[in-house]
Amino acid sequence: MNLKINLKINLKINQKIRNKMKRIQDFKVKNYRWLNDDNYILTLSTNSNIEKIEPGNFAELKVPDSPDVFLRRPISVLDVDYHTKTLDFYIKAIGKGTRKLGSLDIDSDLNIVYPLGNSFKILNNKKVLIVGGGSGIAPFILLASELIKKGCEVTFLIGARTKNDVFLTDEFSKFGNVLVTTEDGSMGEKGLVTRHSVFKGNFDFDFIYTCGPDPMMKAVAQIADEKNVSCEASLENMMACGIGACLCCVTPTVRGNECVCTEGPVFNSKDLKW
Amino acid sequence: MVDLGVNIAGLKLKNPVTTASGTFGFGEEFEDFIDLNRLGGIFVKGLTLKNREGNDYPRMAETPSGMLNAVGLQNKGIDYFINTIYPKIRKWDTEIFPNINGSIVEEYIEVAEKLNEVEGINAIELNISCPNVKEGGMAFGVSCPSAVAVTKAIRNVYSGTLIVKLSPNVTDITEIAKGVEGAGADAVSLINTLLGMAIDADTKKPILSTITGGLSGPAIKPIALRMVWQVYNAVKIPIVGIGGIMNATDAIEFMLAGSSAIQVGTANFIDPQISTKIIDGIEDYCKQHSIDNVSDLIGGMIV
Repeated sequence: MNLKINLKINLKINQKIRNKMKRIQDFKVKNYRWLNDDNYILTLSTNSNIEKIEPGNFAELKVPDSPDVFLRRPISVLDVDYHTKTLDFYIKAIGKGTRKLGSLDIDSDLNIVYPLGNSFKILNNKKVLIVGGGSGIAPFILLASELIKKGCEVTFLIGARTKNDVFLTDEFSKFGNVLVTTEDGSMGEKGLVTRHSVFKGNFDFDFIYTCGPDPMMKAVAQIADEKNVSCEASLENMMACGIGACLCCVTPTVRGNECVCTEGPVFNSKDLKW
Repeated sequence: MVDLGVNIAGLKLKNPVTTASGTFGFGEEFEDFIDLNRLGGIFVKGLTLKNREGNDYPRMAETPSGMLNAVGLQNKGIDYFINTIYPKIRKWDTEIFPNINGSIVEEYIEVAEKLNEVEGINAIELNISCPNVKEGGMAFGVSCPSAVAVTKAIRNVYSGTLIVKLSPNVTDITEIAKGVEGAGADAVSLINTLLGMAIDADTKKPILSTITGGLSGPAIKPIALRMVWQVYNAVKIPIVGIGGIMNATDAIEFMLAGSSAIQVGTANFIDPQISTKIIDGIEDYCKQHSIDNVSDLIGGMIV
């Protein structure tokens, strides 16, 4: 019994020491869960240990047997299970690479470089609003589960064009209230996320997290600024290396151009000059 | 036991595999993935006299078998490199090659003078071929008189091994190679990226903020190989071969065409361990072909 506890403690310590370590690792394609024709959750599994993933971290996925897809694809980690040794990615099939990633054989190899990027800042016992749209919703499960652990109260605000573009709300509702806006009004309130009634009247959130298309995040950051609430935005710039070597994915900040892959993807909105 | 050591104008490298400037940061970015002590050398990110923010985003476009970049020499300046970065990276048992840039000759000179005083740095790569800056850069490398002038100016102030990085965006690369050889270059490295561009047909806009950028990756390998071979036949100084090297076989081809050493570039983005895999692959090749010294491969193409 004692030995077991010691082993557990050692494992925890090891994991902490190895926290910042980036790895290149072969996984197996374990499962696809298609949300509609273009959106899917890819589950990868491994026999070896999975590096610690922080909310906001991403991986660079190598698209196998696809000579016309030259670079890896940076994808946020949706969820991780260290016990079953699986990693989930929410992927929107929008190009050659993301389509190919959606058509691999079960049990085939997939090489990833991870965990990459920084993570969201998590404060204790806050009332937080998580605003997202498109593939930007990917980091929200890990973010919300960490926030709940720290005693935060979580509300999601998800924006989409139509009800057919709203995904993962069942998963989000396990962590908190889920608000939806659609541009055509087919689900939730009609209009853009930034026009949602949650921003009107008595706005009592302490912190806003946002991830999605740049115009949406900019608008959310502006509201946060007006309401004097801290806001973190997770950017989705095009990347090549993902590890801060090529300097392709930069965004202008108060400190100069910074790499979204290493100084980000999460930035305090006050630091961004976008 | 294969001797993997090579010699660049008197500078000994433990093996011919180095990493290309702009594709490997300052080495630290790859510390989690490989043992940097194994590399023949690291050509670090391009340096300028003063801090440069580089070009606006987007700076990158994926292309068939390659990519375009338009980074524009983002770096914190030579003093930051010497005082802050170099002290951290000099611990590795590998040759650190600063890659130097300028918009006017005087800037190149000042950077080279500063590096000439740094203990432990034995060589520099003079970049006269960056296609992504408005002033200087490639402009020096596409005309023979200006290439000669900047090389001479640096030769006057820099006493270590001087490697001049050549542009492929010229009519005859051998003319420039011969020019810089005559101006005192100890070696040449080639090729830098090829000028290219990409358009988004849907938006009708260029993908890169700068419209044009530098093409790299396996798409340019046949051109690079041809240029290495042409330059090998035109000059006596050693060549560091660059251009779309993705594996050990590619590296060996560059040596057979006349390279004394090679730089792995864009491949680092796809496999952060590729540089050390290439070292292993070259060693395996030598064993299979009963080659005792890797330098026997240099210019060994059988015609």
